[in-house]
Amino acid sequence: MTDLAHIRNFSIVAHIDHGKSTLADRLIQLTGTVAERDMKEQMLDSMDIERERGITIKANTVRIEYPAKDGQTYVLNLIDTPGHVDFAYEVSRSMRAVEGSLLVVDASQGVEAQTLANVYQAIDADHDIVPVLNKIDLPAAEPARVKEQIEDVIGIEAHDAIEISAKTGLGIPDVLEAIVTRLPAPKGDRNAPLKAMLVDSWYDPYLGVVVMIRVIDGVIRKGDQVKMMQTGARYGIDRLAVLRPAMTDIAELGPGEIGVLTASIKQVRDTRVGDTITHERKPCETPLPGFKPSIPVVFCGLFPADANDFEDLRDAIEKLALNDASFTYEMETSAALGFGFRCGFLGLLHLEVIRDRIEREYDIDLITTAPSVVYKIHMKDGETRELHNPADMPDLTYVDHIEEPRIKATILVPDDYLGDVLKLCQDRRGIQLDLTYAGSRAMVVYDLPLNEVVFDFYDRLKSVTKGYASFDYQMAGYREDKLVKMQILVNDEPVDALSMMVHRDRAEMRGRAMCEKLKDLIPRHMFKIPIQAAIGGKVIARETLSALRKDVTAKCYGGDATRKRKLLDKQKAGKKKMRQFGKVEIPQEAFISALKMDS
Amino acid sequence: MPELWQEAGFGIYLHWPFCAAKCPYCDFNSHVAAEIDQDRWARAYLAEVDRVAALVPGRRVDTVFFGGGTPSLMAPRVVASVLERIAARWSVAEAAEITLEANPTSVEAERFRGYASAGVNRVSMGIQALNDADLKRLGRLHSAAEALAAFDVARAAFGRVSFDLIYARQDQGLADWEAELGRALELAADHLSLYQLTIEDGTAFGDRFRRGRLPGLPDEDRAADLYAATQEMTAAAGLPAYEISNHARPGAEARHNLIYWESGDYAGIGPGAHGRLTLDGVRMATETPRAPGAWLDAVERGAGGSFPVETVPGEAVLDEFLMMGLRVRDGVSLSRLAGLAPNEEILSNINELVESGHLEQRDGRLAATELGRPVLNAVLRAILA
Ligand SMILES: Nc1nc2c(ncn2[C@@H]2O[C@H](COP(=O)(O)OP(=O)(O)OP(=O)(O)O)[C@@H](O)[C@H]2O)c(=O)[nH]1
Ligand SMILES: C[S@@+](CC[C@H](N)C(=O)[O-])C[C@H]1O[C@@H](n2cnc3c(N)ncnc32)[C@H](O)[C@@H]1O
Ligand code: SF4
Ligand SMILES: [Mg+2]
Repeated sequence: MTDLAHIRNFSIVAHIDHGKSTLADRLIQLTGTVAERDMKEQMLDSMDIERERGITIKANTVRIEYPAKDGQTYVLNLIDTPGHVDFAYEVSRSMRAVEGSLLVVDASQGVEAQTLANVYQAIDADHDIVPVLNKIDLPAAEPARVKEQIEDVIGIEAHDAIEISAKTGLGIPDVLEAIVTRLPAPKGDRNAPLKAMLVDSWYDPYLGVVVMIRVIDGVIRKGDQVKMMQTGARYGIDRLAVLRPAMTDIAELGPGEIGVLTASIKQVRDTRVGDTITHERKPCETPLPGFKPSIPVVFCGLFPADANDFEDLRDAIEKLALNDASFTYEMETSAALGFGFRCGFLGLLHLEVIRDRIEREYDIDLITTAPSVVYKIHMKDGETRELHNPADMPDLTYVDHIEEPRIKATILVPDDYLGDVLKLCQDRRGIQLDLTYAGSRAMVVYDLPLNEVVFDFYDRLKSVTKGYASFDYQMAGYREDKLVKMQILVNDEPVDALSMMVHRDRAEMRGRAMCEKLKDLIPRHMFKIPIQAAIGGKVIARETLSALRKDVTAKCYGGDATRKRKLLDKQKAGKKKMRQFGKVEIPQEAFISALKMDS
Repeated sequence: MPELWQEAGFGIYLHWPFCAAKCPYCDFNSHVAAEIDQDRWARAYLAEVDRVAALVPGRRVDTVFFGGGTPSLMAPRVVASVLERIAARWSVAEAAEITLEANPTSVEAERFRGYASAGVNRVSMGIQALNDADLKRLGRLHSAAEALAAFDVARAAFGRVSFDLIYARQDQGLADWEAELGRALELAADHLSLYQLTIEDGTAFGDRFRRGRLPGLPDEDRAADLYAATQEMTAAAGLPAYEISNHARPGAEARHNLIYWESGDYAGIGPGAHGRLTLDGVRMATETPRAPGAWLDAVERGAGGSFPVETVPGEAVLDEFLMMGLRVRDGVSLSRLAGLAPNEEILSNINELVESGHLEQRDGRLAATELGRPVLNAVLRAILA
């Protein structure tokens, strides 16, 4: 139990790759929270996918203790957040649990789109902000220029921004001092009824459901009977701990503190992030306002490759949703694929991450159908339907018009690449809203159709600007347009999982690109396979995948019989899991890759 | 009904695991050793012949095959004593085929007469390429001229000689291969093995390939063209393919290898040798330790009796029967296939492949067609998986 004056809670926020997780490493290291021999780079990025991709996906909380220059020891709860736009919900949620933010800016790159987005969120959460200029060890670092930029573009005071290198450790002591001196202590009343915010939760194979809380008022102790105010679920606290970052038991948590609890929670659905936890006996009067729900923008179907895995998939999805409030799901059935789930995501990376996690952490092979955004179908009888899945597109004779979701995209780009960016946006049916300059960089704001952006816009943007542009977006309502459903036929059979909505004027182009892509993605079969794109029965593009010409083992003698047979056994097992579309096997990655365009 | 193996015969495979150098493409159980105690190895082989003979007594031996590694590094006296022991333990067919694999260097050619007097009547020589630049890339220790000289010695010493070439090499175009194959067909006696280069895991080539350091290998279409040209040219020269990679004048097929492809019985003797033996009507798979030292120690300790002898499950017998049998031009006998009780699904898969022209049925046999053979792996998957 720590008194309020000696607590500081903060999140570390930045544009992707500006060094948040590395700064977290240094703070953990310098305060001796983790033994030197147990340190590793970006140690909080513990998921396999995070380490492979070198990015943070989940926000992570650590409690560290810092003996400050004033002779007092402070408890600091830091939350390292992800930088990628798809995980912005993780950031906004984390911010609700703390009072301040370290705004990290890469001194060699300067202010980027997510830097801006994060500042707005921090301001929205009433945070005090300490700007930190990272990577000043780099020869390209220009701290003076970046400070100016922060003041000009963001409009916050930056003369006392701390200059650091999270890599070399330079300036880290100043960061620790600034946390104590420049960020506020939390407020709260120890004697009031318990009011704690359910910040996050996850499923641990050994411990079951683990819940992360931020205590606002009152004190929570092991053995307490608590209830979740929104879901009404009641539990006895089995275990109370803080994360250092390993779980370390603690007797109680008071106001301002952040920790985790376990409570033999059977129903994964009982824990909802943003819920308020209070004592069953002496509850608080008003619950916390909760979190703004996130709005999924990309949908796709996830089906088990092996139909027998459906129940395991349900279990996996429920557990993952527990850990990721921005992911939604509902059951779906498809003629070709059987039972599965239609899932909603904040973006394509988010989708890929969830899919990978299900496959790896739960060992289920998945078929992922072509992603789609949500269209509004206005029927002639006045009814409006939400279309999450192009396969459900109603008969056109009953449709009056279709609206598609639009976004407002903010792109920061060096002058030299502005032309390429404008062309990309124009090609994607964008409408320019604004174009301003800050030094040698332009800030362009575009109104774009979400479906032109969601699959590969970010990759394309990076590639046309050699990585120098950054991008952020917000949903910006719906607008009517000439939209049609494009079907893909493989070997003359329509593959629902590949159908998509496209703009009429772009249909031929998209259809051709899809067919070409699929031709590369589908392996050759023993027969030739026509691949066609069609709109309402009319073929608009066509490719032919030629037949397999050579696949035979050159040498096979007595000693090879066993080995070759075992290989065949493996293929038998693989094929049992593989879904056929007619006589054709379509690899799982095809459904997403086919949508990515090269231009 | 005769047992499955009886229509194909009984052969003995003996593995010699040493080579003068390891070729970068080769994943055979072959090792380079500083010194080899030939007599010690001879004693171990004899002990193993004795052990296996006790498992399947009373058989008539149709073929013996000394394979490797490089069996032409064996002292002729070792080959002689093994063959003597085989003859002492079983009856040996009068016209038995006794093959030895040889590398084509001059050192080895010197021993050819010795092998012939020991009873070897067929050699299979690894010439691999007919130009020095490619031989070097393949890591071979001999030149083309040296190989051809060794081949001449072999032709004088043995009744039957065959040689191997590896094609679809780096930077080998269709015209290059056609020219080289033309020369090979002029040189060939009555048998040729023509293998497309396979990049195997765990070899130097495998490693280089994965790191993108093995450029110039043919893509699928070129590989298919090379294969088709090979079929045409060999057939025109009177040595048509009788198996995916093996060509012979009619009647000159390698009988030992046909035992493998036609699900006959074969004893596997030596390190890492596999066998198939029908014991009390049940098809068994035998295996020995792969590492030469481990095998030798075990045999010397008298531990050969503990080498694995495992039942091949019924379904696997069928898989192997088709997997091996469809490699042969004439395919498998339908009555033998029926004896293995294939299920409805397999039969209907076969029918579909007959419809699509990948398989054909004629004269009581099921065989892969010209369309099916180059994609046999896919055909097998379509039948069995
Ligand atoms: N030279 C230099 N490199 C740094 C510094 N800090 C971080 N990096 C490197 O920048 C890259 C990104 O660092 P991370 O700490 O993973 O960045 P992040 O902001 O957590 O990234 P996301 O979580 O994906 O948004 C890594 O390769 C780091 O090694 C620094 O001070 N100097
Ligand atoms: C057991 S090997 C060795 C015979 C002998 N030691 C020699 O190398 O001449 C039999 C034949 O397999 C072929 N071979 C070995 N590895 C191969 C590969 N990776 N790809 C294609 N053929 C291969 C070679 O033609 C070789 O002659
Ligand atoms: S190809 Fe022949 S010589 Fe070369 S390593 Fe293999 S077995 Fe030995
Ligand atoms: Mg990170």
